[in-house]
Amino acid sequence: METIIVLAHTENASSLAKPVREALHAAAMLHKSLAGSKLVVGLVGDNVQAAANSIAASPVTKYFGVTGADFAQSRYATDAAAAEAICKVAQATVVVAPATSRWARVLPGVAQRLGGRADTHVTGVAAADGKISVNRWYYRQRMESTQTRTQRPWIIGIDPGSQEPCGCGAGTASVEMVAVNLADAAKRTTVVGIREPKADAQTIRPDAQLLFVTGAGWTKKQADGQTHVPEAEKLILDFLKAARASLGSSKSLVDLGGEGQAVLPFLSHLNQIGQTGATPRHAKGLSTCCHGEEPHTVGWRFIGERRAISLDPNCGWARGKADVLYVADAFKVMAKVNELLTA
Amino acid sequence: MSTAYQIVVCGSIVPDPLQTLEPMTSPTGPALKNEMMLPAVLDPWAGHALFEAANLAKHTPGSKVWLVALGPKAKLQQVMMTVAQKVPFELVALDGPASGFTDATETAAALADTIAAIPGLDKSKLLVFGGWESASRGAGATMQIVGERLGIVDQFQGVDQLTVNADGSLEMLERIEGGKHQVSKCAGAPALLGWATGNLPEPKNNPQVGMVNMRTVMPALQKAKPTKLAGEGLVFANVALPKQLRETLIVKDKSPDDIANEIVEWIKK
Repeated sequence: METIIVLAHTENASSLAKPVREALHAAAMLHKSLAGSKLVVGLVGDNVQAAANSIAASPVTKYFGVTGADFAQSRYATDAAAAEAICKVAQATVVVAPATSRWARVLPGVAQRLGGRADTHVTGVAAADGKISVNRWYYRQRMESTQTRTQRPWIIGIDPGSQEPCGCGAGTASVEMVAVNLADAAKRTTVVGIREPKADAQTIRPDAQLLFVTGAGWTKKQADGQTHVPEAEKLILDFLKAARASLGSSKSLVDLGGEGQAVLPFLSHLNQIGQTGATPRHAKGLSTCCHGEEPHTVGWRFIGERRAISLDPNCGWARGKADVLYVADAFKVMAKVNELLTA
Repeated sequence: MSTAYQIVVCGSIVPDPLQTLEPMTSPTGPALKNEMMLPAVLDPWAGHALFEAANLAKHTPGSKVWLVALGPKAKLQQVMMTVAQKVPFELVALDGPASGFTDATETAAALADTIAAIPGLDKSKLLVFGGWESASRGAGATMQIVGERLGIVDQFQGVDQLTVNADGSLEMLERIEGGKHQVSKCAGAPALLGWATGNLPEPKNNPQVGMVNMRTVMPALQKAKPTKLAGEGLVFANVALPKQLRETLIVKDKSPDDIANEIVEWIKK
């Protein structure tokens, strides 16, 4: 009989992020299809009661918690100790967890401590004939597998955005607290802050409907034989503001910045889409001046509707990868788009 | 305060990212079609880790860099011809699969045992570097398990910057959600850092560095320990490429104004 635990950490104000609800949904579906299984939740954070209450109207039969100021920080040593303790007390055999940056850092190590195995980049969990299988990506979203494991506990990291969030409502949950004795060695690291661009300079918006991808073409010589980088910068930033889009970039464009060339100053490697960048999830994506090859295409895997603006009708990225390719000058098109969006 | 570090970088070879990859079934499980024929490169994120390690060693007198690589010996040798010209390091090679379908736990066990066996390793000076995940295989689990097996509980993933403070403490910037970085401070070594892109450009080839490195690279390859990864308990039911070909509508004859109208309509839909 499998004991499925959803392992989660709280956010500020003891809330649960959307990826936790997605993992809970996946675990609940697995529990439903696995006769005799138990579904429990383990929570880690400064205070977990409010978080447990927020999902109390769910098929979960028991809640475990590790709380305290030491567990408010996103820190490997304390998170690993907390997750390990909860899994042991709950006698978990299957651990379903959202692959947030905090859990992605720690869960494979927890699997090692528990003598189990960890699978990452999972986008589906199912059971048939009492056997659990997962769908997961390999080679950076280039290929997908269906696989099973005999080892337990099996830690399954669910890619955020890949599941429906659990619609379970609030109530009152009874949380069994699990004590964790931390050695001083577990506190050698301290989280001292979060560094982020100013609110009006933040170009990465994971919750945006639209991903706007800029390619190196924005910095190349245009029809008049000149580059128009300041104009490109204004067009792009104005569009992001008007459309509330998230900004992505090809590798070549952010690499130009790293090489000290005067290019679009708001782009960094964090904006890079592709094999060595991000693979974000957005409903729509608009590509401009981009001539991406296979590694860039990998980053578009989870973008729903795709359109592209390029001067090259044979653009290798757009043909077969985008739904619509507009053969046009992106400077002119985006200027008009901005005008229409702000009218 | 200046501490000499022993920096061990875990990194191996992957198919050149520009290659099209196709899965196939082999007697030992899934594999890539023509895997041994595909041109290989040093894993990009592991490469960043190596360059950051070399940079740290350069600015911290007495430090040394090892590169621990698990991969088919012949392919490792090819890639090392280029990598060895970039920065100084000592290679420790393991002759085994570099496939993305190998089990991260088994890979990590082989790497950790090899690191632990490096002669003269002083854990109080040890920094273990690697990519936060392979930029090709993408397990995202190997480094954490290596750290656990070595007893390192100060671990950081998605690192873009490391600063050694005057008091010997380490300050890391780790990528987190929403284009932000978490800033953490660690008392010092031992620590494990899974690097993202970092801040350094790829160093230019330096034949002199290459000559020095090759003195240890070739012997290391000759004595590379055969390593078998059995994939115990893991059963693949299916591995396939996702359907990705779209019927692209090419719009050539519309004015910028018309295209803009269409795009705005699409965005608002």
